[in-house]
This record gives sequence, structure tokens and C-alpha cells, in this order.
Amino acid sequence: MIDRIALLGRFSLEVIRDYGKAGQLLWQVIFRFPQFRKGFPLVLQQIYAEGVLSLIIIIVSSLFIGMVVALQGYHTLAKFGASAELGPLVALSVARELGPVVTALLFAGRAGSAVTAEIGLMKATEQLSSMEMMAVNPIHRVISPRLWGGFISMPLLTMIFNVTAIYGAYLVGVKWLGLDAGVFWSNMQSSVDFHLDVMNGIIKSTVFGFVIAWISVYQGYFAEPTSAGIASATTRTVVYSSLAILGLDFVLTAMMIGGW
Amino acid sequence: MGDNLVEITNLHFQRNGRPIFDGVDLVIPRGKVIAIMGPSGTGKTTLLRLIGGQLRPMAGQVKVADQNIHQLSPSKLYTLRKKMGMLFQSGGLFTHLTVFENVAFPLREHTQLSEAMIRTLVLMKLQMVGLRGARDLMPSELSGGMARRVALARAIALDPALIMYDEPLSGQDPISMGVLIKLIRTVNDLLGLTSIIVSHDVQETLSIADYVYVIADGKLIGKGTASDIKQDQSNHVQQFLQGLPDGPVPFHFPAVSWEQDLMRAPKS
Amino acid sequence: MLSQRTIETSVGLFLLAAIGALLVLAFKVSGLTSFFKTEGYNVTASFDDIGQLKVRAAVKISGVTIGEVSAIQLDPTTYKAVVTLHIHSNMKDIPDDSSAAILTAGLLGDNYIEISPMYSKTFLKNGSDIEDTNAAMILEKLIGQFLFKIGNNSSDSSATNSNDKSVEKKKSISKGE
Repeated sequence: MIDRIALLGRFSLEVIRDYGKAGQLLWQVIFRFPQFRKGFPLVLQQIYAEGVLSLIIIIVSSLFIGMVVALQGYHTLAKFGASAELGPLVALSVARELGPVVTALLFAGRAGSAVTAEIGLMKATEQLSSMEMMAVNPIHRVISPRLWGGFISMPLLTMIFNVTAIYGAYLVGVKWLGLDAGVFWSNMQSSVDFHLDVMNGIIKSTVFGFVIAWISVYQGYFAEPTSAGIASATTRTVVYSSLAILGLDFVLTAMMIGGW
Repeated sequence: MGDNLVEITNLHFQRNGRPIFDGVDLVIPRGKVIAIMGPSGTGKTTLLRLIGGQLRPMAGQVKVADQNIHQLSPSKLYTLRKKMGMLFQSGGLFTHLTVFENVAFPLREHTQLSEAMIRTLVLMKLQMVGLRGARDLMPSELSGGMARRVALARAIALDPALIMYDEPLSGQDPISMGVLIKLIRTVNDLLGLTSIIVSHDVQETLSIADYVYVIADGKLIGKGTASDIKQDQSNHVQQFLQGLPDGPVPFHFPAVSWEQDLMRAPKS
Repeated sequence: MLSQRTIETSVGLFLLAAIGALLVLAFKVSGLTSFFKTEGYNVTASFDDIGQLKVRAAVKISGVTIGEVSAIQLDPTTYKAVVTLHIHSNMKDIPDDSSAAILTAGLLGDNYIEISPMYSKTFLKNGSDIEDTNAAMILEKLIGQFLFKIGNNSSDSSATNSNDKSVEKKKSISKGE
């Protein structure tokens, strides 16, 4: 019995130590940001690797999500004779919740896991050690660009997600189900408030981007340098990021609904 | 400025409660090829990392060029590291860069030389290791031996004073071994380097080493020139040098006696 | 590894696409007309009951939005709701004897304020007050009025009905005799 309590205690201490390590890593990345000229092309490369290469999955998913929400929404709204409200239904769902959350989950799965695996592998093949021995700080060269790349890409991807999802809804609602295009857009415009709905969604996505980037970089940097270690670090990135996203989504929504 | 590039005194280092070094003293004189040998797992790679300042000892001192490496500020440490080159066991090449880019990396990071100068220097280093024609290949297209040679070219790119090799010959075919061994000696003499080789390939290493240290169980069990070591009286050293299967390092992993194990009833 | 130029170009395109998406979201989806607070003047109106009217609700003339509600307060002496309307500066010519009513957009929609212009030659300006106001139509009050009216009607008509019947009876009795 005492053993189990001791185990629990040791486990909690480990968890706290891990948070400490993560915080230290973040500090080194953010507050020792070095020469802009050398760092900028690296960040660009990472925005390409994490953002541009995620575009396909984001666009395809968002198109389908917009279409499904429109389809399901239409059938329920039609029962109340409120099918004219399909525009607002889709726009508000996507801008406030689906956009930031789904983009974040997809991003964590695609780019987050890739970053973790890459950093973990560089650690395992001693590339990070070589850099250190060559007097090049691997945190500035490898970790920091990936963190900034993720942080910058997320809101951009969310904006694109929002637009393509609404376009998908337009395709289903207007072109297929025959709603009037004018009614669709004008009801949407009058129900969606830019600052409260769209911008709040983008603020959420920025927070999510930061969290995903931080978790994926941390897990990669502190992974066990074996193939099993990298595999479990990659899984942990996706799981922890997803849980963090959903939890933070609730917290942020509660803060925003009350009007900040 | 002494005669010794590296001086290690009374080194103590532990990992996970296990003592790796228990009071080790070594000196590495300038301009020589020094071999550090011993059975696997005695912490030879750890020693190199301690010299490079990547790990801190529990007690004792590591002095490189008369500076205590663990008391240097981060910027001074980085300056010192520019004068050290290290060859890791797996080569440590950057997988997303070509051979040329890999060797050019330290030059681009630490110097303001023009592209033309960098190109000349890189080609010179590649020529020295015999891989000038492979400059546009990716590391994944190289064999293990070739990757190590590229890593060597990269390690000498900034003309360091000290170069450390971590098991450079492990897993190589006889020809690659011959090439690498020749290179280590040539590079050392041509560039006036000091080289530390950590290895357990006895024959090849002894053929080029000026001085040898043998470490086992966290202690120094033998030291001397190559010919001295071969005549060392200690059983432990002889078992290692001759590759005897049993001796001070036993064949059987510790267990209860054979009769006891056979007689014990199987647990149900 | 792609060349640096390709990478920079694609990141640039990515950024442009995202900014374009943001603009579409701003103007087509949320109908943002301008980022900045539009120039305008404030006018007050007091209502007996504002119903579901909220701040930022539209102020319309003939269904066209000309401003929004910027504040709603309770007057502690008259117990009326004082609503501040922010009207865009390009609508300078609203007669000061116009009436303001709180209407509902559609059957289940939000409340908005509809101003019906009258004939005065002097116009509303900053700080003016609209005196002629119609409160929002509250469903419960309407139902109450409706039931009250029905109650009145049926008592009247039952009186006339009984009169007719007794006249009929008298006629039939005299005929049938």
C-alpha cells in the first residue's frame, strides 16, 4: 500500500519536472531569439513544411465538413420552416467552433506528429549532438523555427478552413438543395459578427497553434533516442495536443461567451 | 600553455547510480594520436562528452587548453568548441543536406567567407578524405564508411586543434577500416591536430596510436605506448588485448550454482 | 529539399490565400461594412417596453439600416427605457417629429427600431429626443387583449341572439295558432 502511494508521489513529481523542462525549453526558444537574418529563412522553411503541406488535408476536410453540416442542418431546419437560416447555422458553427478545433486536431495529427518525429530522429542519429559540438545551438537552429512555424501556420490554416467550409455549405445549400443564394448570404451576414465570431475563432486558433507547437517540440526534444521512444513520443504529441485543444476550447468559449 | 591539450584529474561520473568513472587521471599531449580502449559499456563515449563539456562530472576536473571546461560561460564554451571536432559513431550527418552542404555547414555558421572561398575549402576537405566526387550525394545514399569520411571532413572544416573519434571503426569492412585508419593518422600529422580515438578495435588502433589508455570498471587499468601495452602484465589488459573469452571479465553472468538450479523444483 | 526560392514563393502564396480568406470572412460572411466606428450622431428615444431589443440592434427607415442602438438605460424617475440611437452621419434629414417603433424581424427574429419619418421641416441632430414612440409588442399582452375582446363580443352577441329568438317564437306562435 505504502509502495503505491510512493509510486504516485514519484509520478506526480515526474510530471511536475516535465512541465518544468517544457517551460525551460519554451523560455530558451522565445527569449533567446537570435539573429533575425539567419533565423528567418529557417522559419519560412518550417511554415512551408507545416503550413503549406497541410493545406491539402485542411481544404479537403473543410469542404466535406461544410457540406455535411449544411446537409444535416437543412433537414432539421426545414422541419421548422427555418431553412433560410442555414447560412447563419453553418457560418456560426464553423467560425466559432469547428474551424479552430478541427483545424487544430488535424494540424496536431499531421504537422505536430511530423515535427516530433523529426526532432526525435535528429536526436537519435546524433545530429543535434553534432550541432552542439560544432558550437551551433540546436535550439535556435532546429527547435525554435519549428515552434514559430507552427504558431504562425495555425491561424492561417484556420482562416482557409473557415472559408472553404462555408463554400462547401454554399455548394450543398444553394446549388444542390435549392436555397436562394441571396437569402443564404444576407442572413449569414446579418447573423455573423466579425469581432465576436470570426475574430474570436481566430484568437482560439492562435492559442491552439501555440499549444500544439509547444507540445510537439517538447516531445521531440525529450524523446528517448530509440525507435520505440520516438514512436511513443509521436503518439503522445497527438494525444496530449488533442486533449489540450478540447479542454482549452471549452475554457476559451466560456470566457468569450461572457463577453471577455 | 602546457604540453598537454587535455588534462583530466580525479574524474568521477555516475549514471543512474552506477559509477562510470571512479577517479580517473589522463593527459592528452599535443599533436599525438591517443587511443582510449576498453570493453563495451565502460563509458568511453561518456568520456568524450565530458571532454566536450556536454556532460558534467560529479567530481574532478577536465581541463582543455588550460581552461576548466565546466566552469566556462556558455559563450566561452562555444568558442572553445569551435576548436574541437567530434566524429560520432553514426556520423551525425544532417540528413536533409547534401554532402557538400554538410561540410560547408560549420563554415557558413561561423565564418563570413564568400561562397567561392567556402567552395574551395569544402572541396579541399573532401579531397583530403577522398570523396570530392561525392559532393552532391545525400547522406542516405552513402555507405557507412563513406558517411564517416564525410563526417570527418566536416569535423576538420574549421581546422580544429583537437579531434575526437567515437568508435570510428565499428562495423566497417576491412577496406573501409584501412581507409579510415590511414585517414586518421594522415589528417593528424598533416594538420598538426591532436586526436583522441575511442575504440575497441585493438589491432588497427594500436597500429597508429602514439599512446594508449585502457579503462575498465571505471578505472584506468593500463597505459603506455602501443608496444608497452602489448607487454602489460595485468590479466585484465591481456584478456582485452587478446580477446580471450574468459578471465577477469567472466564468461558466465552471475547466477546460483548449476546444481542448485537443476535441483530446484519448477514453480507451479 | 526544394530550393529556397520555391519555398519562399509557396509560403508567400499561403499567406496571401489566408489573408484573402480573412477578407472574404470579413466582408462576405459577416457583412462587415467598415472597421472603424462610423461617423454619426446620437439621438434618444424613450419606450414603455423594449421587449427583446439589444445593444447593436439595427435602426432602420423603411427597412434600410441607417444606424444602430448604442445604449439602453432605465430612467429612474419616469421608469421608461431610454434607448440611445447612433445614426450614421449621411442621414442628416430625419424630421424631428418622426416616430420610433420597436418591431420584430420576421416571426421569430430579433427586435430592431423602425423610424417612420413625418413632415416637420426641422431635423434630428445630436442629442435630440424622439417623442413619439411605440413600445414593442409583447406576446402576452397581445393575447390578454385578444381574450378580453372576445369576452366582450360574446356577451354582446348573446344578448342580441336571445332577443331575436323571442321575436321568432312570438311570430311562430301567432302563425301556428
